[in-house]
Amino acid sequence: MRKNKRRNFREAAIRAFFFTCGILAVLVLLGIFATLLSTAIPAFREIRPSEFLLKTNWDPTSPEKAEYGILSMVVSTLMVTGGALLLAVPIGIGVAAYLSDVAHWRVREILKPVVEILAGIPSVVVGFLGIVLFGPAIAKVFHTGHGLNAANGSVLLAIMALPTIISISEDALSAVPAAYGEASLALGASRWQTLVRVKLPAGLSGIIAAGMLGMGRAIGETMTVLMATGNARSFPHGFLDSVRTMTSGIAIELGEVPYYTTHYYALFAIGLVLFVMTFLVNMAADVVLRKYQEKER
Amino acid sequence: MSPETSVAKIETRDLDFYYGPSRALKRVSISCHRNRVTAIIGPSGCGKSTFIRTLNRMNDVIPGTRVEGTILLDGKDIHSPDVDVVDLRRRVGMVFQKPNPFPKSVFDNIAYGLRINGMKNKRKLEAVVERSLRGAALWEEVKDRLEDNAFSLSGGQQQRLCIARALAVEPEVILFDEPCSAIDPIATAKVEDLIENLKKSYTVVIVTHNMQQAARVSDYTAFMMLGELVEFDRTEKIFTNPQNKLTEDYITGRFG
Ligand SMILES: Nc1ncnc2c1ncn2[C@@H]1O[C@H](COP(=O)(O)OP(=O)(O)OP(=O)(O)O)[C@@H](O)[C@H]1O
Ligand SMILES: [Mg+2]
Repeated sequence: MRKNKRRNFREAAIRAFFFTCGILAVLVLLGIFATLLSTAIPAFREIRPSEFLLKTNWDPTSPEKAEYGILSMVVSTLMVTGGALLLAVPIGIGVAAYLSDVAHWRVREILKPVVEILAGIPSVVVGFLGIVLFGPAIAKVFHTGHGLNAANGSVLLAIMALPTIISISEDALSAVPAAYGEASLALGASRWQTLVRVKLPAGLSGIIAAGMLGMGRAIGETMTVLMATGNARSFPHGFLDSVRTMTSGIAIELGEVPYYTTHYYALFAIGLVLFVMTFLVNMAADVVLRKYQEKER
Repeated sequence: MSPETSVAKIETRDLDFYYGPSRALKRVSISCHRNRVTAIIGPSGCGKSTFIRTLNRMNDVIPGTRVEGTILLDGKDIHSPDVDVVDLRRRVGMVFQKPNPFPKSVFDNIAYGLRINGMKNKRKLEAVVERSLRGAALWEEVKDRLEDNAFSLSGGQQQRLCIARALAVEPEVILFDEPCSAIDPIATAKVEDLIENLKKSYTVVIVTHNMQQAARVSDYTAFMMLGELVEFDRTEKIFTNPQNKLTEDYITGRFG
Protein backbone atom coordinates (compact mmCIF):
# COMPACT_ATOMS: atom_id res chain seq x y z
CA MET A 1 0.00 0.00 0.00
CA ARG A 2 2.64 2.45 1.05
CA LYS A 3 4.73 1.60 -1.95
CA ASN A 4 1.77 2.32 -4.16
CA LYS A 5 1.31 5.69 -2.59
CA ARG A 6 4.90 6.57 -3.10
CA ARG A 7 4.74 5.56 -6.72
CA ASN A 8 1.64 7.68 -7.23
CA PHE A 9 3.37 10.64 -5.71
CA ARG A 10 6.36 10.18 -7.96
CA GLU A 11 4.16 9.91 -11.01
CA ALA A 12 2.42 13.12 -10.06
CA ALA A 13 5.71 14.90 -9.43
CA ILE A 14 7.10 13.83 -12.79
CA ARG A 15 3.96 14.91 -14.54
CA ALA A 16 4.08 18.30 -12.83
CA PHE A 17 7.72 18.73 -13.81
CA PHE A 18 7.10 18.13 -17.51
CA PHE A 19 3.99 20.25 -17.44
CA THR A 20 6.00 23.12 -15.99
CA CYS A 21 8.68 22.71 -18.65
CA GLY A 22 6.07 22.84 -21.39
CA ILE A 23 4.37 25.89 -19.94
CA LEU A 24 7.74 27.60 -19.52
CA ALA A 25 8.61 27.10 -23.19
CA VAL A 26 5.29 28.59 -24.22
CA LEU A 27 5.71 31.50 -21.80
CA VAL A 28 9.18 32.33 -23.11
CA LEU A 29 7.87 32.33 -26.67
CA LEU A 30 4.94 34.54 -25.70
CA GLY A 31 7.31 36.83 -23.83
CA ILE A 32 9.51 37.27 -26.88
CA PHE A 33 6.50 37.97 -29.02
CA ALA A 34 5.07 40.46 -26.50
CA THR A 35 8.34 42.35 -26.21
CA LEU A 36 8.70 42.50 -29.96
CA LEU A 37 5.12 43.65 -30.35
CA SER A 38 5.27 46.34 -27.67
CA THR A 39 8.52 47.75 -29.05
CA ALA A 40 7.30 47.61 -32.62
CA ILE A 41 3.88 49.19 -32.20
CA PRO A 42 5.09 52.72 -31.33
CA ALA A 43 6.62 52.85 -34.80
CA PHE A 44 3.16 53.06 -36.26
CA ARG A 45 2.37 56.30 -34.51
CA GLU A 46 4.25 57.98 -37.35
CA ILE A 47 4.37 55.36 -40.08
CA ARG A 48 1.31 54.13 -41.89
CA PRO A 49 1.35 50.29 -41.84
CA SER A 50 0.51 50.10 -45.53
CA GLU A 51 3.43 52.37 -46.37
CA PHE A 52 5.69 50.38 -44.13
CA LEU A 53 4.86 47.12 -45.86
CA LEU A 54 4.36 48.24 -49.44
CA LYS A 55 6.83 51.06 -50.05
CA THR A 56 10.28 50.15 -51.33
CA ASN A 57 12.25 53.12 -50.01
CA TRP A 58 13.98 52.82 -46.68
CA ASP A 59 15.70 56.03 -45.62
CA PRO A 60 14.95 56.84 -41.98
CA THR A 61 17.80 59.31 -41.62
CA SER A 62 16.95 61.45 -44.63
CA PRO A 63 17.12 65.17 -43.67
CA GLU A 64 14.12 66.05 -45.87
CA LYS A 65 11.61 63.27 -45.39
CA ALA A 66 12.29 60.02 -43.56
CA GLU A 67 11.03 56.98 -45.47
CA TYR A 68 10.16 53.64 -43.94
CA GLY A 69 9.27 51.22 -46.73
CA ILE A 70 10.58 47.70 -46.10
CA LEU A 71 9.38 45.96 -49.25
CA SER A 72 12.86 45.90 -50.78
CA MET A 73 14.21 44.15 -47.71
CA VAL A 74 11.33 41.71 -47.58
CA VAL A 75 11.79 40.81 -51.23
CA SER A 76 15.53 40.50 -50.72
CA THR A 77 15.02 38.12 -47.82
CA LEU A 78 12.55 36.05 -49.83
CA MET A 79 14.90 35.94 -52.81
CA VAL A 80 17.98 34.95 -50.88
CA THR A 81 16.10 32.36 -48.81
CA GLY A 82 14.12 31.00 -51.74
CA GLY A 83 17.25 30.73 -53.85
CA ALA A 84 19.00 28.94 -51.02
CA LEU A 85 16.16 26.41 -50.69
CA LEU A 86 16.02 25.91 -54.45
CA LEU A 87 19.65 24.85 -54.26
CA ALA A 88 19.71 23.07 -50.94
CA VAL A 89 16.52 20.98 -51.00
CA PRO A 90 17.19 18.96 -54.17
CA ILE A 91 20.86 18.54 -53.36
CA GLY A 92 20.06 17.69 -49.75
CA ILE A 93 17.50 15.04 -50.69
CA GLY A 94 19.88 13.65 -53.28
CA VAL A 95 22.70 13.31 -50.79
CA ALA A 96 20.33 11.86 -48.18
CA ALA A 97 19.09 9.28 -50.68
CA TYR A 98 22.66 8.44 -51.60
CA LEU A 99 23.62 8.00 -47.96
CA SER A 100 20.63 5.89 -47.00
CA ASP A 101 20.31 3.86 -50.16
CA VAL A 102 23.44 3.66 -52.21
CA ALA A 103 26.46 4.30 -50.05
CA HIS A 104 28.35 1.45 -48.47
CA TRP A 105 27.57 1.44 -44.77
CA ARG A 106 31.15 2.31 -43.95
CA VAL A 107 31.01 5.38 -46.17
CA ARG A 108 27.78 6.37 -44.44
CA GLU A 109 29.30 5.94 -40.98
CA ILE A 110 32.02 8.40 -41.94
CA LEU A 111 30.07 10.87 -44.05
CA LYS A 112 27.11 11.41 -41.77
CA PRO A 113 29.07 12.77 -38.79
CA VAL A 114 31.13 14.90 -41.16
CA VAL A 115 27.99 16.43 -42.59
CA GLU A 116 26.69 17.07 -39.10
CA ILE A 117 29.91 18.79 -38.09
CA LEU A 118 29.52 21.10 -41.08
CA ALA A 119 26.38 22.44 -39.40
CA GLY A 120 28.59 23.90 -36.67
CA ILE A 121 30.72 26.12 -38.91
CA PRO A 122 30.32 29.70 -37.61
CA SER A 123 28.42 31.95 -39.96
CA VAL A 124 31.29 34.47 -40.06
CA VAL A 125 33.47 31.82 -41.61
CA VAL A 126 30.84 31.04 -44.24
CA GLY A 127 30.50 34.76 -44.95
CA PHE A 128 34.25 34.96 -45.35
CA LEU A 129 34.10 32.13 -47.89
CA GLY A 130 31.52 34.17 -49.74
CA ILE A 131 33.81 37.17 -49.92
CA VAL A 132 36.99 35.43 -50.98
CA LEU A 133 35.67 32.44 -52.91
CA PHE A 134 32.09 32.42 -54.18
CA GLY A 135 31.81 36.19 -54.71
CA PRO A 136 34.79 36.40 -57.07
CA ALA A 137 33.66 33.20 -58.80
CA ILE A 138 30.20 34.60 -59.45
CA ALA A 139 31.69 37.89 -60.61
CA LYS A 140 33.87 36.03 -63.08
CA VAL A 141 31.16 33.76 -64.45
CA PHE A 142 28.49 36.44 -64.88
CA HIS A 143 30.87 39.33 -65.66
CA THR A 144 29.60 41.55 -62.87
CA GLY A 145 31.94 43.98 -61.18
CA HIS A 146 31.80 42.18 -57.86
CA GLY A 147 30.06 39.09 -56.59
CA LEU A 148 28.44 40.50 -53.48
CA ASN A 149 24.84 39.88 -54.45
CA ALA A 150 21.72 37.79 -53.82
CA ALA A 151 23.11 34.80 -55.70
CA ASN A 152 26.14 34.73 -53.45
CA GLY A 153 23.91 34.89 -50.38
CA SER A 154 21.75 32.05 -51.70
CA VAL A 155 24.75 29.83 -52.32
CA LEU A 156 26.12 30.46 -48.84
CA LEU A 157 22.79 29.97 -47.10
CA ALA A 158 22.31 26.77 -49.08
CA ILE A 159 25.64 25.56 -47.74
CA MET A 160 24.56 26.43 -44.23
CA ALA A 161 21.16 24.77 -44.58
CA LEU A 162 22.47 21.62 -46.27
CA PRO A 163 23.76 19.76 -43.21
CA THR A 164 20.39 20.07 -41.48
CA ILE A 165 18.48 19.05 -44.58
CA ILE A 166 20.77 16.11 -45.35
CA SER A 167 20.88 14.83 -41.80
CA ILE A 168 17.14 14.97 -41.14
CA SER A 169 16.14 13.68 -44.59
CA GLU A 170 18.55 10.80 -44.15
CA ASP A 171 16.98 9.97 -40.81
CA ALA A 172 13.55 10.10 -42.43
CA LEU A 173 14.57 7.79 -45.27
CA SER A 174 16.32 5.34 -42.97
CA ALA A 175 13.21 5.20 -40.81
CA VAL A 176 11.12 3.96 -43.74
CA PRO A 177 10.51 0.27 -42.97
CA ALA A 178 12.75 -2.04 -44.99
CA ALA A 179 9.65 -4.10 -45.81
CA TYR A 180 8.39 -1.36 -48.15
CA GLY A 181 11.58 -1.44 -50.15
CA GLU A 182 11.59 -5.24 -50.29
CA ALA A 183 7.98 -5.32 -51.44
CA SER A 184 8.78 -2.89 -54.21
CA LEU A 185 11.90 -4.71 -55.39
CA ALA A 186 10.08 -8.04 -55.29
CA LEU A 187 7.53 -6.62 -57.72
CA GLY A 188 10.27 -5.92 -60.22
CA ALA A 189 10.85 -2.26 -59.46
CA SER A 190 14.34 -0.90 -59.95
CA ARG A 191 16.14 0.68 -57.02
CA TRP A 192 15.52 4.11 -58.50
CA GLN A 193 11.78 3.46 -58.81
CA THR A 194 11.73 2.10 -55.29
CA LEU A 195 13.38 5.25 -54.01
CA VAL A 196 11.20 7.70 -55.90
CA ARG A 197 7.86 5.94 -55.65
CA VAL A 198 8.01 4.24 -52.27
CA LYS A 199 10.75 5.51 -50.00
CA LEU A 200 10.55 9.24 -50.69
CA PRO A 201 6.74 9.36 -50.30
CA ALA A 202 6.95 7.24 -47.15
CA GLY A 203 9.58 9.55 -45.69
CA LEU A 204 7.94 12.73 -46.94
CA SER A 205 6.87 14.09 -43.58
CA GLY A 206 10.46 13.97 -42.34
CA ILE A 207 11.75 15.46 -45.57
CA ILE A 208 9.30 18.35 -45.34
CA ALA A 209 10.41 18.89 -41.75
CA ALA A 210 14.00 18.93 -42.99
CA GLY A 211 13.19 21.58 -45.58
CA MET A 212 11.38 23.62 -42.96
CA LEU A 213 14.26 23.57 -40.54
CA GLY A 214 16.66 24.40 -43.35
CA MET A 215 14.50 27.35 -44.26
CA GLY A 216 14.37 28.46 -40.63
CA ARG A 217 18.14 28.40 -40.62
CA ALA A 218 18.34 30.41 -43.82
CA ILE A 219 15.68 33.06 -43.27
CA GLY A 220 17.02 34.19 -39.90
CA GLU A 221 20.70 34.06 -40.80
CA THR A 222 22.31 37.46 -40.44
CA MET A 223 26.09 37.55 -40.42
CA THR A 224 26.62 35.62 -43.63
CA VAL A 225 24.23 37.69 -45.72
CA LEU A 226 25.50 40.86 -44.12
CA MET A 227 29.00 40.01 -45.31
CA ALA A 228 28.23 38.56 -48.69
CA THR A 229 25.26 40.26 -50.32
CA GLY A 230 26.49 43.82 -50.76
CA ASN A 231 23.79 45.49 -48.65
CA ALA A 232 22.41 47.78 -51.35
CA ARG A 233 19.20 49.42 -50.24
CA SER A 234 17.59 49.54 -53.68
CA PHE A 235 14.89 47.19 -54.85
CA PRO A 236 16.45 44.01 -56.29
CA HIS A 237 15.70 43.12 -59.90
CA GLY A 238 17.55 39.85 -60.10
CA PHE A 239 19.92 37.53 -58.33
CA LEU A 240 22.93 39.48 -59.57
CA ASP A 241 21.82 42.65 -57.75
CA SER A 242 23.24 43.50 -54.37
CA VAL A 243 20.57 43.18 -51.72
CA ARG A 244 19.95 44.04 -48.10
CA THR A 245 17.87 41.49 -46.28
CA MET A 246 15.67 42.24 -43.30
CA THR A 247 18.15 40.69 -40.90
CA SER A 248 21.16 42.58 -42.19
CA GLY A 249 19.10 45.79 -42.26
CA ILE A 250 18.35 45.41 -38.56
CA ALA A 251 21.91 44.40 -37.72
CA ILE A 252 23.49 47.31 -39.58
CA GLU A 253 21.29 50.02 -38.16
CA LEU A 254 20.47 48.91 -34.65
CA GLY A 255 23.97 49.70 -33.41
CA GLU A 256 23.74 53.34 -34.37
CA VAL A 257 20.12 54.29 -34.03
CA PRO A 258 19.15 56.67 -31.20
CA TYR A 259 16.94 54.84 -28.71
CA TYR A 260 13.19 55.41 -28.56
CA THR A 261 12.95 57.12 -31.89
CA THR A 262 10.61 56.09 -34.68
CA HIS A 263 13.60 54.65 -36.50
CA TYR A 264 14.42 52.52 -33.47
CA TYR A 265 10.86 51.25 -33.18
CA ALA A 266 10.71 50.62 -36.92
CA LEU A 267 13.66 48.26 -36.71
CA PHE A 268 11.74 46.22 -34.17
CA ALA A 269 8.76 46.30 -36.50
CA ILE A 270 10.97 44.68 -39.16
CA GLY A 271 11.80 42.00 -36.61
CA LEU A 272 8.12 41.51 -35.97
CA VAL A 273 7.42 41.05 -39.67
CA LEU A 274 10.23 38.50 -39.88
CA PHE A 275 8.80 36.69 -36.87
CA VAL A 276 5.37 36.56 -38.48
CA MET A 277 6.88 35.34 -41.76
CA THR A 278 8.69 32.43 -40.13
CA PHE A 279 5.59 31.66 -38.12
CA LEU A 280 3.48 31.52 -41.28
CA VAL A 281 6.01 29.31 -43.03
CA ASN A 282 5.97 26.88 -40.12
CA MET A 283 2.18 26.91 -40.00
CA ALA A 284 1.94 26.21 -43.72
CA ALA A 285 4.37 23.34 -43.45
CA ASP A 286 2.40 21.99 -40.53
CA VAL A 287 -0.84 22.09 -42.49
CA VAL A 288 0.78 20.31 -45.43
CA LEU A 289 2.18 17.70 -43.10
CA ARG A 290 -1.09 17.08 -41.35
CA LYS A 291 -2.97 16.76 -44.63
CA TYR A 292 -0.42 14.28 -45.86
CA GLN A 293 -0.52 12.19 -42.71
CA GLU A 294 -4.29 12.11 -42.78
CA LYS A 295 -4.17 10.67 -46.26
CA GLU A 296 -1.70 8.12 -45.04
CA ARG A 297 -3.96 6.84 -42.31
CA MET B 1 16.66 -34.76 -57.06
CA SER B 2 13.35 -34.54 -58.86
CA PRO B 3 10.39 -36.72 -58.08
CA GLU B 4 8.64 -35.68 -61.28
CA THR B 5 9.83 -36.47 -64.76
CA SER B 6 8.67 -33.30 -66.56
CA VAL B 7 11.02 -30.36 -66.90
CA ALA B 8 11.10 -28.26 -63.73
CA LYS B 9 9.90 -24.68 -63.80
CA ILE B 10 12.52 -23.64 -61.32
CA GLU B 11 15.38 -25.78 -60.18
CA THR B 12 18.42 -25.39 -57.95
CA ARG B 13 21.56 -27.46 -58.31
CA ASP B 14 24.09 -27.70 -55.52
CA LEU B 15 23.09 -24.32 -54.23
CA ASP B 16 25.40 -22.79 -51.63
CA PHE B 17 24.74 -19.53 -49.92
CA TYR B 18 26.97 -17.44 -47.68
CA TYR B 19 26.24 -14.54 -45.37
CA GLY B 20 29.80 -13.24 -45.21
CA PRO B 21 31.82 -16.19 -43.94
CA SER B 22 28.89 -18.19 -42.61
CA ARG B 23 27.35 -20.76 -44.88
CA ALA B 24 23.56 -20.81 -44.73
CA LEU B 25 22.81 -23.26 -47.56
CA LYS B 26 24.77 -26.40 -48.35
CA ARG B 27 24.43 -28.00 -51.75
CA VAL B 28 20.68 -27.70 -51.92
CA SER B 29 19.10 -29.24 -55.01
CA ILE B 30 15.34 -28.87 -55.37
CA SER B 31 13.08 -28.67 -58.37
CA CYS B 32 9.67 -27.04 -58.39
CA HIS B 33 7.14 -27.87 -61.04
CA ARG B 34 4.40 -26.06 -62.90
CA ASN B 35 0.95 -26.26 -61.36
CA ARG B 36 2.36 -27.79 -58.24
CA VAL B 37 2.86 -26.48 -54.74
CA THR B 38 6.25 -27.17 -53.22
CA ALA B 39 6.53 -26.74 -49.46
CA ILE B 40 9.78 -26.08 -47.62
CA ILE B 41 9.75 -27.13 -43.97
CA GLY B 42 12.37 -27.36 -41.27
CA PRO B 43 13.35 -25.99 -37.89
CA SER B 44 13.90 -22.30 -37.35
CA GLY B 45 17.15 -21.01 -38.77
CA CYS B 46 17.66 -23.94 -41.15
CA GLY B 47 17.74 -21.65 -44.18
CA LYS B 48 14.19 -21.81 -45.55
CA SER B 49 13.89 -18.07 -46.03
CA THR B 50 17.41 -17.86 -47.36
CA PHE B 51 16.59 -20.55 -49.89
CA ILE B 52 13.35 -19.07 -51.11
CA ARG B 53 14.91 -15.61 -51.36
CA THR B 54 17.65 -16.88 -53.63
CA LEU B 55 14.98 -17.90 -56.15
CA ASN B 56 14.14 -14.28 -57.01
CA ARG B 57 17.55 -12.96 -56.00
CA MET B 58 16.13 -10.92 -53.12
CA ASN B 59 19.29 -11.72 -51.20
CA ASP B 60 21.23 -9.61 -53.70
CA VAL B 61 20.29 -6.54 -51.70
CA ILE B 62 21.98 -7.85 -48.53
CA PRO B 63 25.61 -6.72 -48.55
CA GLY B 64 28.32 -9.32 -48.16
CA THR B 65 26.34 -12.30 -49.42
CA ARG B 66 27.44 -14.82 -52.03
CA VAL B 67 25.72 -17.54 -54.04
CA GLU B 68 27.34 -20.62 -55.53
CA GLY B 69 25.74 -23.31 -57.61
CA THR B 70 23.02 -22.98 -60.19
CA ILE B 71 19.41 -21.82 -60.20
CA LEU B 72 17.51 -22.51 -63.40
CA LEU B 73 14.26 -20.83 -64.37
CA ASP B 74 12.84 -22.58 -67.42
CA GLY B 75 16.27 -24.11 -67.83
CA LYS B 76 18.09 -20.77 -67.89
CA ASP B 77 20.56 -19.75 -65.20
CA ILE B 78 19.15 -16.75 -63.34
CA HIS B 79 22.64 -15.54 -62.49
CA SER B 80 23.84 -15.42 -66.07
CA PRO B 81 24.90 -11.92 -67.09
CA ASP B 82 22.13 -11.45 -69.64
CA VAL B 83 19.39 -11.99 -67.06
CA ASP B 84 18.00 -8.71 -65.77
CA VAL B 85 17.24 -9.06 -62.07
CA VAL B 86 14.32 -6.64 -62.34
CA ASP B 87 12.81 -8.83 -65.05
CA LEU B 88 13.48 -11.96 -63.00
CA ARG B 89 11.59 -10.55 -60.04
CA ARG B 90 8.68 -9.71 -62.26
CA ARG B 91 8.52 -13.35 -63.30
CA VAL B 92 9.11 -14.72 -59.81
CA GLY B 93 6.81 -12.92 -57.39
CA MET B 94 7.05 -13.01 -53.64
CA VAL B 95 4.73 -12.73 -50.66
CA PHE B 96 6.42 -12.05 -47.34
CA GLN B 97 5.91 -13.36 -43.85
CA LYS B 98 4.49 -10.14 -42.47
CA PRO B 99 1.92 -8.37 -44.64
CA ASN B 100 3.78 -5.40 -46.08
CA PRO B 101 1.42 -3.19 -48.06
CA PHE B 102 2.69 0.24 -49.09
CA PRO B 103 1.27 3.22 -47.19
CA LYS B 104 -0.96 3.91 -50.17
CA SER B 105 -4.56 3.16 -51.11
CA VAL B 106 -5.72 -0.40 -51.85
CA PHE B 107 -5.95 0.52 -55.51
CA ASP B 108 -2.50 2.10 -55.67
CA ASN B 109 -0.94 -0.87 -53.93
CA ILE B 110 -2.11 -3.22 -56.64
CA ALA B 111 -1.55 -0.81 -59.48
CA TYR B 112 2.03 -0.21 -58.33
CA GLY B 113 3.60 -3.11 -60.20
CA LEU B 114 1.88 -2.06 -63.41
CA ARG B 115 2.61 1.63 -63.05
CA ILE B 116 6.33 1.06 -62.64
CA ASN B 117 6.11 -0.66 -66.00
CA GLY B 118 4.58 2.46 -67.47
CA MET B 119 0.91 1.47 -67.62
CA LYS B 120 -1.15 4.63 -67.28
CA ASN B 121 -4.49 3.73 -68.83
CA LYS B 122 -6.99 4.06 -65.99
CA ARG B 123 -9.48 1.63 -67.48
CA LYS B 124 -6.86 -1.09 -67.90
CA LEU B 125 -5.52 -0.51 -64.41
CA GLU B 126 -9.01 -0.83 -62.98
CA ALA B 127 -9.51 -4.09 -64.82
CA VAL B 128 -6.26 -5.55 -63.54
CA VAL B 129 -6.94 -4.38 -59.99
CA GLU B 130 -10.32 -6.08 -60.01
CA ARG B 131 -8.97 -9.27 -61.56
CA SER B 132 -6.10 -9.44 -59.07
CA LEU B 133 -8.35 -8.80 -56.09
CA ARG B 134 -10.74 -11.50 -57.29
CA GLY B 135 -7.75 -13.79 -57.76
CA ALA B 136 -6.81 -13.18 -54.14
CA ALA B 137 -10.41 -13.69 -52.95
CA LEU B 138 -10.52 -10.15 -51.62
CA TRP B 139 -12.65 -8.33 -54.15
CA GLU B 140 -15.99 -8.70 -52.39
CA GLU B 141 -14.53 -7.39 -49.14
CA VAL B 142 -12.79 -4.31 -50.48
CA LYS B 143 -14.56 -3.33 -53.69
CA ASP B 144 -16.13 -0.32 -51.98
CA ARG B 145 -12.97 0.79 -50.24
CA LEU B 146 -10.43 0.83 -53.06
CA GLU B 147 -9.43 4.37 -52.16
CA ASP B 148 -8.96 3.59 -48.47
CA ASN B 149 -5.48 3.27 -47.10
CA ALA B 150 -4.26 -0.32 -47.14
CA PHE B 151 -3.44 -0.07 -43.45
CA SER B 152 -7.13 0.19 -42.66
CA LEU B 153 -7.58 -3.47 -43.70
CA SER B 154 -7.28 -6.33 -41.23
CA GLY B 155 -4.06 -8.35 -41.08
CA GLY B 156 -5.52 -11.22 -43.08
CA GLN B 157 -6.92 -8.82 -45.67
CA GLN B 158 -3.57 -7.08 -45.90
CA GLN B 159 -1.88 -10.38 -46.61
CA ARG B 160 -4.36 -11.19 -49.37
CA LEU B 161 -3.81 -7.67 -50.67
CA CYS B 162 -0.11 -8.46 -50.89
CA ILE B 163 -0.98 -11.63 -52.78
CA ALA B 164 -3.18 -9.63 -55.13
CA ARG B 165 -0.36 -7.15 -55.59
CA ALA B 166 1.95 -9.99 -56.56
CA LEU B 167 -0.64 -11.44 -58.95
CA ALA B 168 -1.16 -8.12 -60.71
CA VAL B 169 2.17 -8.26 -62.51
CA GLU B 170 1.34 -11.76 -63.77
CA PRO B 171 4.34 -13.66 -62.50
CA GLU B 172 5.05 -17.26 -63.44
CA VAL B 173 6.22 -18.39 -60.03
CA ILE B 174 4.96 -17.19 -56.65
CA LEU B 175 7.07 -17.59 -53.54
CA PHE B 176 5.42 -17.51 -50.14
CA ASP B 177 7.59 -17.12 -47.04
CA GLU B 178 5.43 -18.19 -44.10
CA PRO B 179 2.46 -16.23 -45.42
CA CYS B 180 0.18 -17.22 -42.56
CA SER B 181 2.39 -16.80 -39.54
CA ALA B 182 1.10 -13.31 -38.77
CA ILE B 183 -2.61 -13.86 -39.37
CA ASP B 184 -5.47 -15.63 -37.59
CA PRO B 185 -6.81 -19.16 -38.35
CA ILE B 186 -9.77 -18.00 -40.43
CA ALA B 187 -7.61 -15.80 -42.57
CA THR B 188 -5.14 -18.68 -42.79
CA ALA B 189 -7.84 -20.96 -44.15
CA LYS B 190 -8.64 -18.37 -46.79
CA VAL B 191 -5.03 -18.03 -47.84
CA GLU B 192 -4.70 -21.82 -48.02
CA ASP B 193 -7.73 -22.07 -50.29
CA LEU B 194 -6.19 -19.38 -52.36
CA ILE B 195 -2.91 -21.23 -52.74
CA GLU B 196 -4.85 -24.32 -53.79
CA ASN B 197 -6.42 -22.18 -56.51
CA LEU B 198 -3.25 -20.43 -57.55
CA LYS B 199 -1.53 -23.64 -58.48
CA LYS B 200 -3.91 -23.96 -61.44
CA SER B 201 -2.03 -21.16 -63.11
CA TYR B 202 1.27 -20.77 -61.28
CA THR B 203 4.23 -22.56 -59.86
CA VAL B 204 3.99 -22.13 -56.10
CA VAL B 205 6.72 -22.45 -53.49
CA ILE B 206 5.78 -22.01 -49.85
CA VAL B 207 7.83 -21.92 -46.69
CA THR B 208 5.87 -22.92 -43.64
CA HIS B 209 6.37 -23.78 -40.02
CA ASN B 210 3.04 -25.46 -39.88
CA MET B 211 3.26 -29.16 -40.67
CA GLN B 212 -0.49 -29.52 -41.22
CA GLN B 213 -0.38 -26.65 -43.61
CA ALA B 214 2.38 -28.29 -45.64
CA ALA B 215 0.39 -31.51 -45.67
CA ARG B 216 -2.80 -29.73 -46.73
CA VAL B 217 -1.59 -27.45 -49.49
CA SER B 218 1.51 -28.94 -51.02
CA ASP B 219 2.24 -31.62 -53.59
CA TYR B 220 5.93 -31.84 -52.78
CA THR B 221 7.72 -31.21 -49.54
CA ALA B 222 11.36 -30.45 -48.90
CA PHE B 223 12.67 -30.93 -45.40
CA MET B 224 15.74 -28.89 -44.51
CA MET B 225 18.02 -28.84 -41.52
CA LEU B 226 21.07 -26.71 -40.77
CA GLY B 227 21.22 -25.46 -44.33
CA GLU B 228 21.04 -28.89 -45.87
CA LEU B 229 18.26 -30.58 -47.77
CA VAL B 230 17.49 -33.74 -45.80
CA GLU B 231 14.65 -35.15 -47.85
CA PHE B 232 12.58 -34.08 -50.81
CA ASP B 233 9.62 -36.07 -52.07
CA ARG B 234 5.90 -36.20 -52.63
CA THR B 235 4.17 -34.66 -49.66
CA GLU B 236 2.21 -37.86 -49.01
CA LYS B 237 5.37 -39.84 -48.89
CA ILE B 238 7.16 -37.40 -46.58
CA PHE B 239 4.29 -37.44 -44.14
CA THR B 240 3.43 -41.13 -44.23
CA ASN B 241 6.62 -42.90 -45.06
CA PRO B 242 9.70 -40.69 -44.71
CA GLN B 243 12.98 -42.28 -45.72
CA ASN B 244 15.16 -40.34 -43.34
CA LYS B 245 15.10 -40.72 -39.58
CA LEU B 246 15.54 -36.94 -39.13
CA THR B 247 12.50 -36.22 -41.28
CA GLU B 248 10.44 -38.67 -39.30
CA ASP B 249 11.53 -37.17 -36.00
CA TYR B 250 10.70 -33.69 -37.21
CA ILE B 251 7.25 -34.37 -38.60
CA THR B 252 6.24 -36.42 -35.61
CA GLY B 253 7.25 -33.50 -33.47
CA ARG B 254 10.13 -35.13 -31.66
CA PHE B 255 12.17 -31.95 -32.17
CA GLY B 256 11.74 -28.66 -33.89
N1 LIG C 1 20.86 -11.09 -43.11
C1 LIG C 1 21.54 -12.10 -42.52
N2 LIG C 1 22.83 -11.94 -42.20
C2 LIG C 1 23.52 -12.94 -41.60
N3 LIG C 1 23.01 -14.15 -41.32
C3 LIG C 1 21.72 -14.38 -41.62
C4 LIG C 1 20.92 -13.35 -42.24
N4 LIG C 1 19.68 -13.86 -42.43
C5 LIG C 1 19.71 -15.11 -41.94
N5 LIG C 1 20.93 -15.43 -41.47
C6 LIG C 1 21.33 -16.72 -40.89
O1 LIG C 1 21.17 -17.73 -41.85
C7 LIG C 1 20.59 -18.88 -41.28
C8 LIG C 1 19.31 -19.24 -41.98
O2 LIG C 1 18.37 -18.22 -41.76
P1 LIG C 1 16.93 -18.22 -42.42
O3 LIG C 1 16.30 -16.93 -42.11
O4 LIG C 1 17.04 -18.60 -43.83
O5 LIG C 1 16.21 -19.39 -41.60
P2 LIG C 1 14.69 -19.86 -41.64
O6 LIG C 1 14.72 -21.31 -41.91
O7 LIG C 1 13.90 -19.02 -42.56
O8 LIG C 1 14.24 -19.61 -40.15
P3 LIG C 1 12.78 -19.20 -39.61
O9 LIG C 1 11.98 -20.45 -39.66
O10 LIG C 1 13.05 -18.78 -38.19
O11 LIG C 1 12.27 -18.11 -40.46
C9 LIG C 1 20.39 -18.58 -39.81
O12 LIG C 1 21.47 -19.14 -39.10
C10 LIG C 1 20.43 -17.09 -39.74
O13 LIG C 1 20.98 -16.67 -38.50
MG1 LIG D 1 12.29 -17.58 -42.30
